[in-house]
Amino acid sequence: MIRQLSRPHRNRGDRIFQGWTWLMAATVLALIGLLLYELVLGALPAISRFGFGFLTGQTWNPVSGQFGALPAIYGTVVSSLLALAIAGPVGLLAAIYLAEFAPPWLDGPLSFLIELLATIPSVVFGLWGLYVLVPVLRSPIETTLHNTLGFLPLLGCTPLGLGMLAAVAILALMILPYVTAVARDMLRAVPDDQREAMLALGATRWEMAWKAVVPYARSGIVGGMMLALGRAVGETMAVTMLIGNRPEISACLFSPSYTLASQIANEFTEATTDMYVSVLIELGLILFAVTLILNGIARLLVWRVRSKS
Amino acid sequence: MTMNHYRWRKITNVLMVGTATLSATLAALALIAVLAFVLVKGVSALNADFFLRLPTPVGVPGGGVANAIVGSLIVVGLAALFAVPVGLGTGIYLSEFGDNRFGDLVRYLADVLAGVPSIVMGIFAYIIIVARQGHFSALSGSFALGMMMLPAIVRTTEEMLRMVPNTLREGALALGVPRWRAIVSVVLPAAAGGVITGIMLAIGRIAGETAPLLFTAFGNPYWNTNVNEPVATLPLTLFTYAISPYDDWQSKAWGTALVLVGLVLIANLIGRRVWRNVGAQK
Repeated sequence: MIRQLSRPHRNRGDRIFQGWTWLMAATVLALIGLLLYELVLGALPAISRFGFGFLTGQTWNPVSGQFGALPAIYGTVVSSLLALAIAGPVGLLAAIYLAEFAPPWLDGPLSFLIELLATIPSVVFGLWGLYVLVPVLRSPIETTLHNTLGFLPLLGCTPLGLGMLAAVAILALMILPYVTAVARDMLRAVPDDQREAMLALGATRWEMAWKAVVPYARSGIVGGMMLALGRAVGETMAVTMLIGNRPEISACLFSPSYTLASQIANEFTEATTDMYVSVLIELGLILFAVTLILNGIARLLVWRVRSKS
Repeated sequence: MTMNHYRWRKITNVLMVGTATLSATLAALALIAVLAFVLVKGVSALNADFFLRLPTPVGVPGGGVANAIVGSLIVVGLAALFAVPVGLGTGIYLSEFGDNRFGDLVRYLADVLAGVPSIVMGIFAYIIIVARQGHFSALSGSFALGMMMLPAIVRTTEEMLRMVPNTLREGALALGVPRWRAIVSVVLPAAAGGVITGIMLAIGRIAGETAPLLFTAFGNPYWNTNVNEPVATLPLTLFTYAISPYDDWQSKAWGTALVLVGLVLIANLIGRRVWRNVGAQK
């Protein structure tokens, strides 16, 4: 920061100190490089063996050496998107309430609660889901849906409790605090001129929030949701405990499924052959790539709002 | 027509403000429900043995998770021992010397690292430590957790150091001390509170991580303080108990969850307390 103020580093202590900090920074760089290198290297046998067919294959049979990643990719995409479809609107509405309508005294406790929830470990959400959420889901919720609307393929299979719907529900709950927190910060960053101008035109409070405040912060809110989506995609423990763990693609919401993260978590220690391990590493590589893209887009959107305000 | 339109707008307003309020209430209630269950079901599983004894085999009543508590402290402590010096040094570099291409690259890649899913970090630790050594170990778990702490420490250190006014640096340099002295004795102490808060929050976050430990620290039903061998940790013990079919283990899972959440909260509260104290000084 004050490079201009001092002469080039003649002092020996300075050279050692700067060298040490540079070394630490280089270590971080090297570790990240090593991470990428080792992942690609580990996945290489699987990549060269199965090629692009790996991404579209639906059979997963370690005994016969057949591996297809499509069920896990499908499960990851569907569970995360559905979770966002629930947590996104609810989180945005909750953020609008917090930023625009809530009495000031409520702000402290609610913000504290949100921050508290962000610290609760995923495995604890999994425990809660397994023993509190799943029994309620199985009956009455899933059973009722199945009995009344069972003719739809979406609700046609036997309700087990464990399955896609349980994973979606717990993911939605887990990303809700993130969506709310980011959206609230983004709404807070909107200048008051926007609100005053809209109210001066005779708008109701809701019209003010929805037509003058939310559009102004739109790209930041979307960025927050992408960030939450990235979290949902990489979420492992809670999903592994609730999704039922079966590598199958099914249109039914109640059926057991798999995600990339939970398939790795479940099978890594059981992988007996080198090819099996390599296949699981490739799943990790795919997961990494997906979160990288999502986070990149998210950061760009959030950054645009921050630099605007 | 205009009257109707006006009434419609008022109704929409009431409805939507109501929906927003309801959303916030529902979100808060659902999350309170999680905490309440952990507290109520957890407390009934706790007793002195729970903190002091080893796990018992299935069917044998009693026993506790003492080894997992100690194991978690070891694994998290080692992770901090690895991540804090590297993260701190990198943060100092970025803030004090890093306005260049290399600094930008490190900053960008640290951001990328922050987004790596925890299970992928577990795979990385498995490949470079477990697979090479041929056995699971506490050390490999610590490495995975340390990698997860790194980006948070790097970022908070840089941000906190950048918040220190330049007049402090100039004042120190004007007294004739070398730059490293100015940084170590003036800039760092001024930012210490924020940096410590960042470190404590990072510790709180990784203490509950389970996925990276599945195939690194692995778990161990016995006492182990040898970092080169598998070790029990609270999150993994909780996972094993939770998915077991035995009532006794399931009840212990709630107890473990309470202890784990308690530890994470303590780390967070310490962090926030430090932050508040620093804020009060200014």
